[in-house]
Amino acid sequence: MCLGIPGKVLEIHTPDGGMPMGKVEFGGIARDVCLVYLPEVVVGDWVLVHVGFALSKLDEQEAREIFSYIEQIGELAEADELAMPDELPDELPEALSPAEREGEGAA
Amino acid sequence: MTTPPDPLHVSCPAPRTDQSTVQLAHGGGGRMMRTLIEGILLPCFHGGQDAGRRLPPHDSAVVDVGGTRLAFTTDSFVVSPLFFPGGDIGKLAVYGTVNDLAMAGARPLYLSCGLILEEGTPLDTVRRVVQSMQCAAEEVGVQIVTGDTKVVDRGKADGIFINTAGVGIVPDGIEVHPARVAAGDKILLSGDIGRHGIAIMSLREGLQFDGAPESDCASLADLVSQLTRLGARLHCLRDLTRGGLAAALIEIADHVGVGMELHETAIPIMPQVRGACELLGLDPLYVANEGRLVAIVEPGAAQQALEILAAHPAAHGAAVIGEVTQRHPREVELLNAFGTGRLLDLLSGEQMPRIC
Amino acid sequence: MEICGGQTHAIVRFGLDEILPDEITLIHGPGCPVCVTPIEMIDKAVAIASRPEVIFCSYGDMLRVPGSAQDLLTVKSAGGDVRVVYSPLDAVQLARQHPDRQVVFFAIGFETTAPANVMSVVQAQRLGLDNFSVLVSHVLVPPALHAVLGSPRNLVQGVLAAGHVCAVMGTREYEPIVAQYHTPIVVTGFEPLDILQGIYMCVRQLEEGRAELENQYARVVRPAGNPAAIAQVQQVLQTVPRKWRGIGEIPASGWALRPAYADFDADLRFQVQHVAAAEPAECLAGEVLQGHRKPPECPAFGRRCTPDSPLGAPMVSAEGACAAYYHYRRRESRDRPAEGTEPR
Repeated sequence: MCLGIPGKVLEIHTPDGGMPMGKVEFGGIARDVCLVYLPEVVVGDWVLVHVGFALSKLDEQEAREIFSYIEQIGELAEADELAMPDELPDELPEALSPAEREGEGAA
Repeated sequence: MTTPPDPLHVSCPAPRTDQSTVQLAHGGGGRMMRTLIEGILLPCFHGGQDAGRRLPPHDSAVVDVGGTRLAFTTDSFVVSPLFFPGGDIGKLAVYGTVNDLAMAGARPLYLSCGLILEEGTPLDTVRRVVQSMQCAAEEVGVQIVTGDTKVVDRGKADGIFINTAGVGIVPDGIEVHPARVAAGDKILLSGDIGRHGIAIMSLREGLQFDGAPESDCASLADLVSQLTRLGARLHCLRDLTRGGLAAALIEIADHVGVGMELHETAIPIMPQVRGACELLGLDPLYVANEGRLVAIVEPGAAQQALEILAAHPAAHGAAVIGEVTQRHPREVELLNAFGTGRLLDLLSGEQMPRIC
Repeated sequence: MEICGGQTHAIVRFGLDEILPDEITLIHGPGCPVCVTPIEMIDKAVAIASRPEVIFCSYGDMLRVPGSAQDLLTVKSAGGDVRVVYSPLDAVQLARQHPDRQVVFFAIGFETTAPANVMSVVQAQRLGLDNFSVLVSHVLVPPALHAVLGSPRNLVQGVLAAGHVCAVMGTREYEPIVAQYHTPIVVTGFEPLDILQGIYMCVRQLEEGRAELENQYARVVRPAGNPAAIAQVQQVLQTVPRKWRGIGEIPASGWALRPAYADFDADLRFQVQHVAAAEPAECLAGEVLQGHRKPPECPAFGRRCTPDSPLGAPMVSAEGACAAYYHYRRRESRDRPAEGTEPR
């Protein structure tokens, strides 16, 4: 459930309805999102948005790790035009090692 | 006390959904629309004909009139709102029919224009729409030579409904039809997908966002006339409309009995369309377009076809996106960066924004 | 087992189960709020939406879910004013714009959607709107997890918890579940890489003989969740027993409006009488939702039950397990002879 996507806060304003709203950018488009549940958010932060509400602030360090793995997979894909299934399992565990060490401490 | 529910008593009611009336989904370009066309319309209009000689349906019919091959088509336009970023119903009405003629390889010549006007629509709006139609017609080089006008009570039409029918001539040596599609053919896409559907959706209440793309509403006639330089190596053309890239290819694959394999990473999608689709939970492959086509060509012609597309202003990021195959006939498979594939299937009706 | 329907779709769409070794079997859990919304609630929604004075607002997911006789889309085609909204605040806006109409918002979802849904009520109260109400049908994950793991037929050895539910609620309420059933639970995201990493972390726990709560989705999920959201939800909603479509009633598994907000309760405002529908057992949604069967194992799958003529919600919902298999994997169903359904 719960289609939530990350977006970057471009500006914050409080219209006369009383609730803090932010203009959040998602890859080229921007939409007003309600920030009432993240009072500490500032411009430049990344937030997770679900049905027009920001529910969580993205942890930059964690996000960077995941995006670097995604990039690595992307590079794999580009290198072979299409990554073949039997190549993938060999690569993946190595890429996970740093995160799994983080994951153990994060619970 | 928490007792786990007894798994033996699980059940689910069989609903009696109403299948006896027209639903919006019947117009959505998906499976229900096909069911309506194949279940009610085609048997009526084609009954009595030798089914074996009946070609798979295409955007236009090509008929022989005294030795000249005439392409003939019709389309109706009910878009709301009437004016949207990148176009309006008038432009759509001209380009839509012109494009259908072009998909048969024809040079579009003459259009008819049937207007259904809702009582209370400002005359100024009508004027703007028909002026837009004339502009579009002049741009393409077709003439609107006949028409009809009706007025219906307030509430019976969304301002204006337009029907256009068109005729064009198919030059000798050009045989562009799904029946020519063969295993090994390459599939090319003229540009990035999803702009029109997202442009329209962004105007709906509650779904607005900044940076929404404009509709890609455009004529493809000139682009097609360039592609016909490929001669007999150009097998099939299909413009993408409702139901998106997926519907266009699934229909061809299904009617012709071939399989197709598409490479997800090769399909161009602009970031604004991707962002909007992610936000609303839509699949860009099924989002409407109004100025894009797929061209299916002999493998040896793919490079030249790509060059023709890349050089033309109506193409935006043209690419080879897949090939026709003997494997899994009637199915279109989308291969992703992981190397696994998923089937593309027609949706029941139009996509809805979703939260889950 | 992955809890969340969004995770199910990512798995089936990217073929993640195909690239995993055979020793790992993925079972799809009951995390589709659309699928588990009880049929009585759909019928109430249909009844309210059919009233001429009502503008009925809903998330798009709910429109095609079959009730006893109709779905909301049918009501729309019959002339009802049914509108898709992206955010509950859009429904409040409609109420402001149309003071002469009754605006009703269909507030469904798991815990993730509750903060947004309740804010619509809070806003409506703040604005003094008397023409806005909500039809609430929230469901909670932990009781469902108890039902699955506590079942005598349970086969699940590790759980991928729903990342966005936990973004709101935090992770702490899963620790007692881990302890009670000695089953690893890994809070997991929704990208294919997240899911693979979550599975990897589960498998590692199993191989090391551990049963712990771990957080793969740490970039979004904190152990305490979002305290502001939790507080607001608890102010407006209270825990109630909830019937899960296809599973039955699970105690303390749902949320409903507190008496203080009764003015905004569409159920009370419209007093819809419901006649319980007799339920033949053809649809195996319950078996699928509890992870006992995969959709292609249902005899009706792909034949009598398709997205065009669904027998139950998991075939209609964008993230229902049955719909996921039907759209992305239909070859399994096509190998079986058709039984007089639509022509292919």
